[in-house]
Amino acid sequence: MSAQESPTRAWFRRVAGLVRKERLQIRRDASSYLIAGVMPLLLLFIYGYGVTLDLRRIPLALVIERSTPESATLLTSFRNSPYFDVVLTHHRANVEDRLIAGTVKGVVVLAADFSDRTERGEAAPIQVIVDGSDPNTAGLVFNYVQGVWANWLDQISIERRGTIAPRRTISAVVIEPRYWFNPDVRSQNFLIPGSVAIIMTLIGTLLTALVVAREWERGTIEALMATPMGRAEFLLGKLIPYYVLGMTAMAISVVTAVQVFHVPFRGSIPALLIVSSTFLIAMLSLGLLISTLTRNQFAASQVALLTAFLPAFELSGFIFEIDAMPLPIRTLTYFLPARYFVSSLQTLFLAGDVWSVLGPATLALAIIASVFLTLLVRSTRMRLE
Amino acid sequence: MWHRIFTLMVKEFLALWRDPKSRAIIIGPPIFQMLIFSFAATQEVKNVNIAVQNRDWGTSSRDLIALFEGSPNFSKIEFLDDESQIPQAIDSRRALMVLSIQSDFSRRLAARETADVQMLLDGRRSNAAQIVAGYATEIVGRFNASLLQNERAPSSETIVVGRIWFNPNQLTTWNTVPSLVAILTTSMGLLVTALSVARERELGTFEQLLVSPLGPLEIIVGKTAPAFLIGLVQATNMVLIGVFLFRVPFLGSVWLLYVSMAVYLFSIIGVGLFISSLAKTQQQAILGAFVFMVPAMSLSGFASPIENMPDWLQTMTLANPVRYYIVIVKGLFLKNAPAEVIFANVWPMGLIALVTLSSAAWLFRHRME
Repeated sequence: MSAQESPTRAWFRRVAGLVRKERLQIRRDASSYLIAGVMPLLLLFIYGYGVTLDLRRIPLALVIERSTPESATLLTSFRNSPYFDVVLTHHRANVEDRLIAGTVKGVVVLAADFSDRTERGEAAPIQVIVDGSDPNTAGLVFNYVQGVWANWLDQISIERRGTIAPRRTISAVVIEPRYWFNPDVRSQNFLIPGSVAIIMTLIGTLLTALVVAREWERGTIEALMATPMGRAEFLLGKLIPYYVLGMTAMAISVVTAVQVFHVPFRGSIPALLIVSSTFLIAMLSLGLLISTLTRNQFAASQVALLTAFLPAFELSGFIFEIDAMPLPIRTLTYFLPARYFVSSLQTLFLAGDVWSVLGPATLALAIIASVFLTLLVRSTRMRLE
Repeated sequence: MWHRIFTLMVKEFLALWRDPKSRAIIIGPPIFQMLIFSFAATQEVKNVNIAVQNRDWGTSSRDLIALFEGSPNFSKIEFLDDESQIPQAIDSRRALMVLSIQSDFSRRLAARETADVQMLLDGRRSNAAQIVAGYATEIVGRFNASLLQNERAPSSETIVVGRIWFNPNQLTTWNTVPSLVAILTTSMGLLVTALSVARERELGTFEQLLVSPLGPLEIIVGKTAPAFLIGLVQATNMVLIGVFLFRVPFLGSVWLLYVSMAVYLFSIIGVGLFISSLAKTQQQAILGAFVFMVPAMSLSGFASPIENMPDWLQTMTLANPVRYYIVIVKGLFLKNAPAEVIFANVWPMGLIALVTLSSAAWLFRHRME
């Protein structure tokens, strides 16, 4: 060390030294790579293949109390539907157990007099029983059963009268849905951008939550305090390596999302960098804050789980719609960085650089980040109490 | 031998309990999570903002819009003056749906022709958009029915009678509370076990344990007991909150609940111990726990039905203990599931517990001796 070294240079050198130390520590523990490299791929894989809200081959029991030509064609209609995996029985009695066991999600009952009544042109009710313990699937099953049923009725009337029943023409108003940004309504297109927020939350908060706590548990914090390093240098030295790690994980995720899962990316890279940097700084500060306050890795991991990961999963609009939550919880979501990041990511991927969404979101993220940073700087003490 | 195990258990409890932060974290968060996430984890769509662009001056379009205004699913309807405002309303996420009504809407209906209404939806929130489209179709159906009421008797040919079992009012909390009992027990049980050995390794006290008269099996029993008891107490707390605070009915047998809970905790603890036996530091243990936990929770049937997944992934979920436990807890809460249904889901968890516990024990012995 030369005596003429300017204070700024010394400052930078100290920060660089600590960055190097953290980098080595990250490199030595293979589990850091696990979270930066494997975790993004694993999560994208789960949300690309596993978590899909598009109904597909839901097990459904069809009870036909008396087989007739009509009931046979209805059975074929259900078997041809991509939404159902049909189990045929002839008695109501054994479907109840299946519904309780959860091996079927819905039951369609055709009573013994079903064919006679349709022959006579009377109202022939079919009964649909759905498993309400999963209300979302229950609703979808009910709608799709009605769809299959309506198509079957059209078929029947074409066969009998050569025309479609007047039921169709009574629809005076026809409503045509068009889905913008996602015309095929793939649930992947909306889940995968959101899952990038989950990945960044995990890396940003969980990994950094352990960093300072580890130094306290192992006692190495004393060695750090014995150096001439100040508070700002200490924090920068901790933030920079994890910022790089987080942005790398994001790059991996975005490339995988576009290349492997064919999610369109319609925004611009600079906009993505601005929003995600702001989010990452907020999450890194939160992680270090947790670490500084708990000084214990078990407690830190639980707090990180509670304040960062679970809210990002459940309260961010990633899977569950924020509008449907009760008012107090909706209010709470305004304080969560993940909420802004999820909506920004969905917009960047599917719609483009819409600044009326990205602008307010980035501003909110910047405010949250500065609050966390301030708290972090205040709680960091470069001495042992 | 029992005395030795007991002293280790006491030591483990003290290690968790002595630190006030860990103590607070074992008790508080699961209850807090239960209270918040029970309301949040819903696929329902309510209070949505929509927009209408009405170019029709007649009364029919106003009647249709009035039906939308009356629906409890929509909180605010914004009226757009110009077609050019539609993209802005959707892009900025002000409206999830925009209805666009043509200028000849009333005239066509008066002439008994078909009138088109365009419904533009925000595909960024495709799930919510699909549900909202369902509501809109239902409202238009009612509108059509009211148009035809005066003209002819309703068609008598079709009636679909729907019934919802187990949750007749389709209350969200009846679905989320039992699922959360399963989900929240997982994270704590897993982390407590995964960290118990890793902490000793990191701090160097594991060697002291090894030179004590405790054998490998005794160490494992002593290390897992706290996680088991904490898991039991927490699950009990959450079931009580579910029943008394959220008023979710518990129809099944309490005995079956505790038998399956015990087997479930063994399977989770087995996974935790397995991670623990491989991890050298707490960071490795925590991240290992996450690498197991995130897929296990996401692919458990809680966030989306298992039947929607591709077949090969469905096969993989057979090794996921959370999947079975959710069926059990829901079955016992809502369906009064009989013993054979419960045991059909208990034995796979027992098998998972057996495999993970024995391989963890094998790994420990291997790495200790």
